[in-house]
Amino acid sequence: MSSSMEQTESKAAKPDEFIMVIEDLWYSRGQKKIFQGLNINIRRGEVTAIMGPSGTGKTTLLRLMTGQILPDRGRILIGGEDVTKMSRRELYRLRKRIGMLFQNGALLTDLSVYDNVAFPLREHTNLPERLVRHIVLTKLHAVGLRGAWQMSPSELSGGMARRVALARAMVMDPDIIFYDEPFVGLDPISMGVVVRLIRKLNDALGLTSIVVSHDVEEVSSIADRTFLISDGRVVASGTPEDMEQNVSAVVQQFMSGMADGPVPFHYPAPDYDEQILKRNES
Amino acid sequence: MADAAAIAEGSNPLTIKVSGDWGLGNPVPPVDDVLAELGALPAGAGLELADGGLGSWDTVLIAYLSRLVEAGQAGSLKVSYGQLPAGVRGLLDLAFAVGEREGARREATRKSFLTRVGDRAIAATGGVADGVAFLGEAIQSVGRLLTGRARWEPADFWSAVQESGPRALGIVGLISFLVGAILAFVGAVQLEQFGAGIFVANLVGLAMTREMAAMMTAVIMAGRTAAAYAAELGTMRVNEEIDALSTMGIEPMDYLVLPRLLALVAMMPLLTLYADLLGILGGMLVGVSMMDLGALAYYQQTIDSIGVDDFLIGIGKSVVFGVLVSLIGCMRGIQAGNSARAVGDAATKAVVTCIVAIVVSDATITVILTVLGI
Repeated sequence: MSSSMEQTESKAAKPDEFIMVIEDLWYSRGQKKIFQGLNINIRRGEVTAIMGPSGTGKTTLLRLMTGQILPDRGRILIGGEDVTKMSRRELYRLRKRIGMLFQNGALLTDLSVYDNVAFPLREHTNLPERLVRHIVLTKLHAVGLRGAWQMSPSELSGGMARRVALARAMVMDPDIIFYDEPFVGLDPISMGVVVRLIRKLNDALGLTSIVVSHDVEEVSSIADRTFLISDGRVVASGTPEDMEQNVSAVVQQFMSGMADGPVPFHYPAPDYDEQILKRNES
Repeated sequence: MADAAAIAEGSNPLTIKVSGDWGLGNPVPPVDDVLAELGALPAGAGLELADGGLGSWDTVLIAYLSRLVEAGQAGSLKVSYGQLPAGVRGLLDLAFAVGEREGARREATRKSFLTRVGDRAIAATGGVADGVAFLGEAIQSVGRLLTGRARWEPADFWSAVQESGPRALGIVGLISFLVGAILAFVGAVQLEQFGAGIFVANLVGLAMTREMAAMMTAVIMAGRTAAAYAAELGTMRVNEEIDALSTMGIEPMDYLVLPRLLALVAMMPLLTLYADLLGILGGMLVGVSMMDLGALAYYQQTIDSIGVDDFLIGIGKSVVFGVLVSLIGCMRGIQAGNSARAVGDAATKAVVTCIVAIVVSDATITVILTVLGI
């Protein structure tokens, strides 16, 4: 394991410095190549951001990382174990050590907030209900929603649903939490709350957080390290400061939000004039 | 009201003045005539685009003018559009500021007939492969259940039992009663010609127990339960709940499909027995009221004509149908797409696939039983 890491990371690395290593990952869906030789190393205990324009396969990458889909080629090591070679049972065992926050929370709609957070505990452990209650209320308290324990998911606002989902994601005290676009569709207050929570929980619980997002500002404010993906490869990586100073055109375009550049503004289309004029003449 | 979009031409240098309202809703002058005219000009001649009383305008105007500018440039004309309103000028400048990206223009091509047939065939094979894969996962899941490793909630099983059992009694009862009565009517007309009216009891009893009870129950369950399963699971798919379950280390197959499968497999034989009974009752009602058969005679004839094996065949079929209906319903739900429409599609497909599967499997079983002579 350590030898492979030294190949991909030039700096001398302690064997367990990286909790997750992605090596030469290839993945395609139909004719479309999504990843072409992707390499990412994620350090233990850090908040790592994975950014990229829409459609670069960030969510696909999360699904690959959690073994929900298999790559065409390459390795994904979590704690030294290759996710792509795991049996179903190993995979499900691994997933108990992983928390995941989905774009819209993905709370189970027929369970209350409390039961949603308690769900993984009840399914995976035989803890007495008294202890489950204690753990659940602690986690709900951490996201500031202890008072909402009786509510049903349909009564929650978007921001609250995401915080409950966050409590559920960390109720098993995972080693890694994946965040899939955690800031999408939140008002500034909820967004600020979620941004701070991600950082605070990461440090307080000693987690490793992987945030997939395209909200440059929010992510830069909490990430220790950022990987920018474009065209199926990592085009830049480093601390937020590194990224800001990076002069490459793609990085500049993405970080400062320019409409056209290496990432084209236009999706391939028939000729503009023809499409509009033809309709009018006829 | 909107003035018609128009152009006026002056010569030397060729001046094209645009006037009126240029909008997506208005017809515009044909561009080809002007293009032909431009093509006839010698290289180096001037072309001026100017405002001749322009009303409201939108992108159509820009597209039109940029087409002229392009044609002018291609024919090496001296193009100027300084006389146009500032907004139009700005947009035209913008249109030519960045050259068109190579390969960005995608030609729409109509696929050939063979290609389309091939695409359909490949898609259909993919569907079959998905179905087989789902069946395989379901079998694995049952395997985990039998070895005690499946993780599921008994409460979900009981609520599925409630939904597919007691709540279905009303409609299953009504339909079976009527089917029994209809069979009796059809038989009565024919059999009475031979003075064999009492054999209506045989007809109804055998048809209900061997075929109709199981099949009608299964069709009803396809309509209410398979559609409900597909919609429930499809909604969970859209809400990412199914992904959430699997990332929480819980097999959606065990947690969602297993209780529904078991509930329907447990309920279908019971519903079928119930349907047998009500179907025979329906037949008896017709026999007694329309054909002047005695209730007791009808009862005795029924008892004599059907055996336990007839009931068992119907019940055996109902178990097969229960597996089909629940698995197809769940499969359509779990494989639903990610949009709101996908849920409706999933429910529709579930019902259609179920009914086809029921009829095909019923025919297959009946042929096998006939060949075997059972």
